[in-house]
Amino acid sequence: MTNSQSLPARTGVLVVGAGEAGVRVAASLRELGYDQPILLLGDEPHGPYQRPPLSKAFLNGTGDPTALALRNPEYFAEAGIDLRTGRTITHVEVGDSGAGTACCDDGDTVAFDHLVLATGARARALPVDGADLIGVCTLRSLCDAEVLRERLGSAEQVVVLGAGYIGLEAAAVTSARGLATTVVERETRLLSRVGAAPLSDFLLARHREWGVGFRLGAEVRAIVGDDGDQVRGVRLADGQVLAADLVVVGVGAVPQTALAEKLGLRVRRGIAVDGAGRTSHPGVFAAGDCTVVAHPHLPEELIGVESVQNANDQARAVAAGIVGVAPPAPPVPWFWSDQRDLKLQIAGISGGHDEYVVRGHPGARDVSVLYYRAETLIASESVNRPKDFLAVKRALGRGATIPPQAAADPDVPLKDLIVDRM
Amino acid sequence: MPKIVFNCPDGSQRIVETRVGSSIMDAGTRSGIPGIVAECGGALACATCHVYVAEQFRDAVGEVGDFEDEMLDDAAAERTEASRLSCQIPMTDALDGVEVTVAPAQ
Ligand SMILES: Cc1cc2nc3c(=O)[nH]c(=O)nc-3n(C[C@H](O)[C@H](O)[C@H](O)COP(=O)(O)OP(=O)(O)OC[C@H]3O[C@@H](n4cnc5c(N)ncnc54)[C@H](O)[C@@H]3O)c2cc1C
Ligand code: FES
Repeated sequence: MTNSQSLPARTGVLVVGAGEAGVRVAASLRELGYDQPILLLGDEPHGPYQRPPLSKAFLNGTGDPTALALRNPEYFAEAGIDLRTGRTITHVEVGDSGAGTACCDDGDTVAFDHLVLATGARARALPVDGADLIGVCTLRSLCDAEVLRERLGSAEQVVVLGAGYIGLEAAAVTSARGLATTVVERETRLLSRVGAAPLSDFLLARHREWGVGFRLGAEVRAIVGDDGDQVRGVRLADGQVLAADLVVVGVGAVPQTALAEKLGLRVRRGIAVDGAGRTSHPGVFAAGDCTVVAHPHLPEELIGVESVQNANDQARAVAAGIVGVAPPAPPVPWFWSDQRDLKLQIAGISGGHDEYVVRGHPGARDVSVLYYRAETLIASESVNRPKDFLAVKRALGRGATIPPQAAADPDVPLKDLIVDRM
Repeated sequence: MPKIVFNCPDGSQRIVETRVGSSIMDAGTRSGIPGIVAECGGALACATCHVYVAEQFRDAVGEVGDFEDEMLDDAAAERTEASRLSCQIPMTDALDGVEVTVAPAQ
């Protein structure tokens, strides 16, 4: 890394954002034989790293940042990828072909043939008083995770705002460390945006066994602090104050679209892209958490698919588009989450389902939910049932289905039930 | 630092040095070894880091875990006695020179 050096005058591809998607665009370009210079530029101080462990192993474990690296530093040099960290692109201009120039925060400029926006998302801040008190933490970057880890060492009462994946993963860690933990969620169940009620109920029961408290259907009014601006609690709409010396805010992510907006690209919450990662400007590409794509089942909706898989697959499609080769086959969306001894594995996108089937013995320590639309399998969510996950992922990849009636028997392997669609 | 010998799906052989404690998968992906997809980054959630361990190292790499066992059954490429998910094999000095063949499909 040659961060202090000025940028090259010109590059073939400029990738803005050196996260999961940015690294994959650069790596795939080289794998596809692209031989022009690649400039991969990110504003974080660290080299590219994995985010998923930040709310899991990193938070709970040794906190060794080198274990998070996506690539060795030597990889970039060997692959001929010019990686610059700690640099922000503040301005870009593109012509009709997609070629243009970009400007860095320090005034440096670089001309490029192709622009890829891989700017990711930032943690959503809670719009209430006290959100900036000391001890109120979000969890998006390695810097965030280092602050949170440090605070866990002295905290006693943790309140987690938001029962999405990151909030639940954080609660799993803090409760395992013996800290009194309460999760506050506006909806009346966990993971309401992504999962069906049986999955929410299953996770709620497990978290309660771990001693995690829940305030569901509860609205946060303010975060309250003391004279030293230290957080002391969370006030709910009903007036109750939950005492806290650490508040973890896990209320979602906001795509980073500032550059796209300046370029006049179509932005609908995220940067709208097609299956090949093309924005509304045919010469400008985008990939990862900064994008939104057409919902696979509800074509009138655009959705952001915030996952490692999506970042990587969109990035591969972008690289193919730049090189001018056929895009890879449409991928199956998938996601995972670790909460103590529970491993969630999700295949497909369940939004738009009109039916679901629960697979699991009552009271068992594992469960799967399979989602259907017009009697066709569209998604599944499994907890500690890896074979169900792999079977559904395979079926979806083949455009096949699994009949719902047969799928309900938890003892029949799903892979034996896969059938081609009519 | 112990070394790992990767036989890649494109027929090439690559030797990677890594520190004790990082997994065979980590060493492979960070050096850009072709064929190790490792989409979950070692979370034991994807089964796309499947390798075949050379016979003389089978004991040294340790036992297949329960969850790994279930995932391997349904991995994309054929499972054999040599099959492991490479994110589940932490490197040790005893594994210096371990040879693995990357599965042809992930
Ligand atoms: C705590 C946590 C846990 C997660 N767990 C999982 C999980 O279990 N499974 C899963 O599939 N996914 C998980 N995710 C989601 C996954 O990490 C993201 O989907 C993925 O990182 C998206 O990659 P990206 O490259 O699009 O964005 P990012 O990784 O956010 O990278 C974008 C980069 O661009 C930089 N940038 C932005 N603007 C500029 C600019 N103008 N100039 C220079 N640089 C810029 C940003 O600072 C950032 O470094 C998790 C995310 C978090 C935060
Ligand atoms: S890297 Fe995903 S299971 Fe090994």
